[in-house]
Amino acid sequence: MTYFIDVDKIREDFPILKREVHPGIPLVYLDSTATTQKPEIVLAAMDNYYRLHNANIHRGVHTLAEEATALYEEARVKIAQFIHAKKSREVIYTRSTTESINLVAQTWGRKNLKAGDTIILTEMEHHSNLVPWQMLATELGLNLEFIPFDDNGSLDLDIYAKLLEKNPKLVAFTHMSNVLGTINPAKELIANAKAAGAVTLIDGAQSVPHFPVSVIDLEADFIAFSAHKMLGPTGIGVLWGREVLLENMPPYQGGGDMIKKVFLRSFVANEIPYKFEAGTPAIAEVVGFGAAIDYLEAIGMEKIAQHEKDVVQYALKSLAVINGLEILGEKQGNRGGVVSFTLDGIHPHDIAQILDQDGVAIRAGHHCAMPLHDRYDIPASSRASFYVYSTFEEVDILVRAIHKTIRMFN
Amino acid sequence: MDDLYREVIIEHYKNPGHRGSLDPHDISFEDENPLCGDQIKIDLRVDESGKITEAAFDGHGCAISQASADLLLESVIGKTTEEIKLLTKSDILEMLGIELGPVRLKCALLPLKILKAGVYGLGEATDDLVGEE
Repeated sequence: MTYFIDVDKIREDFPILKREVHPGIPLVYLDSTATTQKPEIVLAAMDNYYRLHNANIHRGVHTLAEEATALYEEARVKIAQFIHAKKSREVIYTRSTTESINLVAQTWGRKNLKAGDTIILTEMEHHSNLVPWQMLATELGLNLEFIPFDDNGSLDLDIYAKLLEKNPKLVAFTHMSNVLGTINPAKELIANAKAAGAVTLIDGAQSVPHFPVSVIDLEADFIAFSAHKMLGPTGIGVLWGREVLLENMPPYQGGGDMIKKVFLRSFVANEIPYKFEAGTPAIAEVVGFGAAIDYLEAIGMEKIAQHEKDVVQYALKSLAVINGLEILGEKQGNRGGVVSFTLDGIHPHDIAQILDQDGVAIRAGHHCAMPLHDRYDIPASSRASFYVYSTFEEVDILVRAIHKTIRMFN
Repeated sequence: MDDLYREVIIEHYKNPGHRGSLDPHDISFEDENPLCGDQIKIDLRVDESGKITEAAFDGHGCAISQASADLLLESVIGKTTEEIKLLTKSDILEMLGIELGPVRLKCALLPLKILKAGVYGLGEATDDLVGEE
């Protein structure tokens, strides 16, 4: 088996991949869908920021404040270019994908939706692109509709076409399922939504980190994603939105930086993106995010996507032959670097616990997608996920550890 | 790990002695751990003196939660409901003979939580029943 990228050299860049989980047992990290590990360059950028440039951003006149502001804004430009956005002012820093989606629900949603309006989601959403809309639906009296998916994890586009006849105001969907690995046909979903007059939001938490995403090509209205799922730090996410939409949205939180002028009884909101960035943001994390994007671009997103595809295909092939193991979703085909599975008679928590003893880190549970698991009539599943540093050998170790688990229970 | 999945746990998971339900019963309580989907119902028959004469559990979940339920029910037969009220987390850990991290501890303690909620006749099973802060 050969690699599309120099994975050995890449692994050298990640200090944590050199550690042992138990004495003599190296880490086999197969939980990148939950969060990714961080390369030295990201750690150094954040460390360097605190050692040399730490100051609060904007309005500061002294040297450190100017440097900190420049670093903060340079990262915004990098992020905009990374997703092919026309303008960096369309990139809003948030805490996470979750906060980005809540921001849209609480500002755009509250202003533009009213009782009886319809929102279309899918049955494979992460709770972060489901619960904010449930909350808004309860508050405003909205109607939520869901695009179902088949056993292979593909959305039913015929039902989607029927749902669009209800004149939805918003279509919000995950670009890539964090459980099934399904890569949804975002461009087609958006084109159809637009034809029906709906605004569109993409949950890009699993797409932007794993393959090239162009908001221009997709003709999206909003996309949300997080740094920590793409080699960056936790605590920093992005909402990209179309300029005209953002300008017509009310502010999200009130406080410093989001204002132009403040009087005792009123304020004038700042321009975008600052209108949505109240309070001192996660400056060091933004700097780390910028470094993560540099790192990903130096390898190339096309190559990263190809590498993950190779590893996941190898994993699907290796897992499929295990007796009693059932893979959720598409068994081959166009699929992201995540494989969820069940094992006959063995609970996912037991599997994850036993695998940990061999250093294998997988996730067990509902992966923040309870309705998806209801669809398959299972309470939970086990999930192995891959990224730029994942190897075929790690898949082999996973498979051996699963066999060991089966032996223990038989 | 061979510690964590001691033979006794695998054995009670695969061949539980107290799986089933009791109809009629004097006490029945059901709860779940939504985090991992463990779900257990416990039925008890109690005589006039307050002694447990029969106990059964039903449900699904990981080996730790199911084995914990089976071992617990095995131990409560002949005990009084007053004695059950005194059972704590350490009794369960002693029975299982293992140490558990915080996530798996919830699995291990779910059966005791359900048992005590049933014995106390409570509306819901809460963590303070098993000495969890």
